[in-house]
Amino acid sequence: MPEAILKAQEIHTYIGQHHILQGVSFEARPDAVTVLVGRNGAGKSTILKTIMGLLPPSQGSITFRAREIQRKKPYEIARLGIGFVPEDMGIFSNLTVEENMKVAMLREDRETLQRLETITDLLPDLRKFWTAAAGNLSGGQKQMLAIARAIVNKTALLLIDEPSKGLAPIIVEALISTINRIKEHSVVLLVEQNFHMAGAVGDDYYIMDDGLVVRGGDMEELAGDEAVKSRYLGISSAVERSE
Amino acid sequence: MKDQNERGIEVTGAGAALKRKSGAVSFAAAVALFILPLLWIPGKIYLTLTIAGLAMGMLVFLIASGLSIIFGLMDVLNFAHGALFAWGAYTGFSVFKLMRAWVGADSVLKNVGVFSMAAAAALLAVSVLGMLLERGLIRRVYGSHLFQILITFGGMVVLVELIRVFWGPNDEVIVQPLTFRGSWDMHGVIVERYRVLCIMIGVVVYTMIRIVLKKTKLGMIVRAGVENREMVQAMGHNIFRIFTGVFAAGAALAALGGVAMSVFDRQVYPDMGGTYLLFAFIVVIIGGLGSITGSLLGALIVGLAYNYVAYLVPWAAAAVNVLIMIIILLIRPTGLFPAGR
Repeated sequence: MPEAILKAQEIHTYIGQHHILQGVSFEARPDAVTVLVGRNGAGKSTILKTIMGLLPPSQGSITFRAREIQRKKPYEIARLGIGFVPEDMGIFSNLTVEENMKVAMLREDRETLQRLETITDLLPDLRKFWTAAAGNLSGGQKQMLAIARAIVNKTALLLIDEPSKGLAPIIVEALISTINRIKEHSVVLLVEQNFHMAGAVGDDYYIMDDGLVVRGGDMEELAGDEAVKSRYLGISSAVERSE
Repeated sequence: MKDQNERGIEVTGAGAALKRKSGAVSFAAAVALFILPLLWIPGKIYLTLTIAGLAMGMLVFLIASGLSIIFGLMDVLNFAHGALFAWGAYTGFSVFKLMRAWVGADSVLKNVGVFSMAAAAALLAVSVLGMLLERGLIRRVYGSHLFQILITFGGMVVLVELIRVFWGPNDEVIVQPLTFRGSWDMHGVIVERYRVLCIMIGVVVYTMIRIVLKKTKLGMIVRAGVENREMVQAMGHNIFRIFTGVFAAGAALAALGGVAMSVFDRQVYPDMGGTYLLFAFIVVIIGGLGSITGSLLGALIVGLAYNYVAYLVPWAAAAVNVLIMIIILLIRPTGLFPAGR
C-alpha cells in the first residue's frame, strides 16, 4: 500500500474562542479520492482551511509528502503543490475569466500554458466567456473556473470544499465527470454533503462529527451501510432514492 | 445546463446594467457640476477657474490615490498618510535647497531636472519610510480599524515631530523653478504654467496606475487581493510582500503629491499633511474607497467646486466640499465609483 500523500494527526483548530477541530486524524492515499462527509458544523470546511494554512492549528501535525506543513503560510503551502477550491469558490468577480486564470498561474512556462490549453478543452465554457467578468458567470461555470484555477499549476493534491452546493442536479453530473477526469492527474480531498456526488467520485471516506473523525474506510462499504449513513449523515434510503 | 446558464447570465446581466446606469447617473451629475457654473461665470473667467480647479484636483488626486489604494487592498485606514505627504514635501525642499543654482537658472533643462530630482528623492525616501511603517507598525494591526486609526495617528504625530527635529519648526519658502513661474494669456484666459504641469503630472500618474493595475500580472493580483485576500494567498502569492509594496507605492504617491503641492504653494511647514489629508479623505469618500477612477473624479470635483465657489461665493469655498461629501454620504454612502469588494 503506497504511503499517504497527506496525513493529519490530532489536529486542534480554534476559530476565535470556539474549539472547532478537537483532535482530527486522517490520511489521504495518493491513488484515491478521499471524501470527508458529515453534517453541517462538523468541521469539514475547517479541516481544509487548516490544511491550507488559512486557519493554523493550535496542536497536531499535518504532513504532506513526508513534510510537516502545519506551521507554513498559505502561499508556501500552495507552492508545495496543493490547490484549494473553497466553499464560496473564491472567484474574483471583477476580474475576467482570463485574469482569474492568470492570477492563479504561478509560472507562465510552456508546461503551464499547455495545462491551461488542456483545461480549456476540458471546460469549454471558460474559453467561451474568456474575456467576460467572472462575476457574470452562472454558478456551475464559477465552480468550473474555481477548479480550473486550482489545477492550472502542477497540483499534487486538490482540496475541494462542497463543489455541488447550490448547483442543479445536471450541473452536479458535469462536475462529477470533471472531478473523475481530474483524479487521473491529482489526488483529490473532497468535502461533500451530497452523498450521491461523494459516492460517485470517492474511493475512501471519513465521517466527521462534532470536530472529530468518527469513522473511515472504503466508500463502497459506506454506500451499503444504512445504519451509519442514517446515524452520522442523516440519510435514509428513502431520501437517497428521491434524490 | 443551458437554462441555468441563461438564467445566471440574465440575472447578473441585469445587475451589470444597473451598475452601468448608476455609473452613468454619477457621471452625468459630475458633468452637470462642471457645466452649471457657466450660468453665472463669464466664459473666460470660467476657463481660467476650470484650469485652476483641474490643477488643484490633480494635486489632491496624488495624495488621495495613495490613500485609496492602501485602503482598497489592505483595508487599512492610514492617518499617517498626510505625514508621508509632508515628508515628501520636505525631501523635495532639501533637494531644491541643495540645487538652488538650478532652481534659479534660466534653463528649462535645469529647472525640469531639479524638479525631477526632488520628485525622485521624495519617492525613494518616502517609499522606504512607508515600508518601515508598514512592517514596524501597521502589520500588527491588520483587521482592526480602531487600532489602525490609533497607531497610524500616533505614527503621524511621530513623523511630524521628526520633521521639526530634522528641518526645524518654522515654515520654509520653496522657490519655484524659473520655467514654472508666470502664466500664459490666451485671449484673456489666464493659464498658469505650473498648473498645466500639475495637470500633466496627474494625467501621467493616473494613466500609469491604470496600466499597472489593468495590464500587469502584479496589478491583477492587487485587484484580486482587493476582492479576496485569503484566496490570493491560497493561490501561492505572498500577500504580505504585496501589502508592503502597495503601502510603499501609496506612500510614494503621497510624496509626489507633497513635492508638487509644496512647489505650488511655495512653502513647506510641518503640519501641512493634516490640511491635505482632510481633502484626501473627502475625495475618497466622494469617489469611493479603493477606486482609482473614483479618486480621480472625486479629486476633480473637489478642485473644480472649490474654485467655482471661491469665485461666486468666496466665504463658502471651504465648506462646499464638505457639503458635497455629506450629500454623497446621504445618497450613495459607498461613493460615486466604489471598487468591487
